Amino acid sequence: MSMIEFHDVEKYYGKFHALKDINLTIDRGEVVTVIGPSGSGKSTLLRTINGLERVQSGQLIVNDFDLADKKTDMNRIRKNVGMVFQHFNLYANKTVMDNITLGPTLVLKRNKEEAHEQALKLLDQVGLRDKADSYPSALSGGQKQRIAIARSLAMNPKALLFDEPTSALDPETIGDVLDVMKDIAQQGMTMVVVTHEMGFARHVGDRIVFMADGEILEDATDVGAFFDHPKEPRAQEFLSKIINH
Amino acid sequence: MFTILANNWSTLLSGLGYTLMASLIALVGSLVIGTLFALMEISAHRWVAVIGRVYVEVVRNIPLLVITMAFYVIVPTYFVQIDGFTAGTIGLTIYTSAFIAETVRAGIESVAVGQMEGARSVGMTYTQAMVQIIFPQAIKIVIPPLGNQFINLVKNSSILAFVAGFDLMYQGKIIANTTFNTFDTYLAVGLLYLILTMPLSYFMRHLEKKWNVA
Repeated sequence: MSMIEFHDVEKYYGKFHALKDINLTIDRGEVVTVIGPSGSGKSTLLRTINGLERVQSGQLIVNDFDLADKKTDMNRIRKNVGMVFQHFNLYANKTVMDNITLGPTLVLKRNKEEAHEQALKLLDQVGLRDKADSYPSALSGGQKQRIAIARSLAMNPKALLFDEPTSALDPETIGDVLDVMKDIAQQGMTMVVVTHEMGFARHVGDRIVFMADGEILEDATDVGAFFDHPKEPRAQEFLSKIINH
Repeated sequence: MFTILANNWSTLLSGLGYTLMASLIALVGSLVIGTLFALMEISAHRWVAVIGRVYVEVVRNIPLLVITMAFYVIVPTYFVQIDGFTAGTIGLTIYTSAFIAETVRAGIESVAVGQMEGARSVGMTYTQAMVQIIFPQAIKIVIPPLGNQFINLVKNSSILAFVAGFDLMYQGKIIANTTFNTFDTYLAVGLLYLILTMPLSYFMRHLEKKWNVA
């Protein structure tokens, strides 16, 4: 069953054609990594899935709602589709605990104790229970990102979007974040991950999408074969640049 | 100066009272109206934003005296009878609200875009995100410049003297005209303004410290 469907989607910023004729269907439980050079539209593609960016034409069905339809209530989509950002975007004025429980209590109307319980479990899952009362400013980048993941999971989303989740991190903290993501992937979460972590794309992803200039150039379920023998010249060029360094 | 204070204390005190009252009303009023227009300025609806922008630009580029006179002269002529105190306080409120709108808008805009996106991404509405995440962060940034606006407001309340608003400046003018002791009178009036503005200034600094803990 499909979770996310793009049908002939086009997106413009003014005259700039950011997404060109996107067709992509992602099934429930699938882990899709999106790679490509910067400016290729990867982040834009991701941000359209929870309505942070609107599309101009085509159909974009997420969890049975059409996001291209202006009447669709975006908040309902966002309740079900979480997002993890490159720069974490934790609420600077709230403690870690409040960061995690605010969505469930305010948006899902869960009671406080229940949300608190769940938050503690999630903090265990990401290995940061002792940080419950800290403010984000007291955390390292890797810790912030793990809290941000916990915050998204607290909404019990049907899908999780990751926008370059490790790009702003110190190298030694990247591993902890990737471990948490791997863990979530193994639990069957639908995930779309924009990343430069080729190891993650290769070993955790079920499928890989290569984008350049706003287009999807390759969409491969045989991830190993894609890395060994990319078909598109642009993908060959991109991979050779990344892997030779 | 002490003779002036001793002989006219009740007049000066009543002036101080009117100044305080006009300032308090204008402070609350301009904060509410200013915040409202700040929200309009950052609205995603283009026309709402344009209205907000035009209000701020027009009001802050007209002298306070002109705005106040407009209320003192035009409103009674064409609409309802209002006294000098009311006209002066309304003028002061409107004038200050434009500056507060700019201050609040700058504060909100200085909160990182990611904070709003983070909040929206868990399904919060725009209002929920504003109330829970953006305002509490913006207020800390806004306190110092807002303090400046409030102090300006108290001093600007002397505009009431031009429209017979019975404020401190107005009473001072009368005392100076009757005693011919201009120097001492205005020295006393200046001191009394300080009595209003110094605690306000101290209070704003206190808030700034208190809210900077988190």
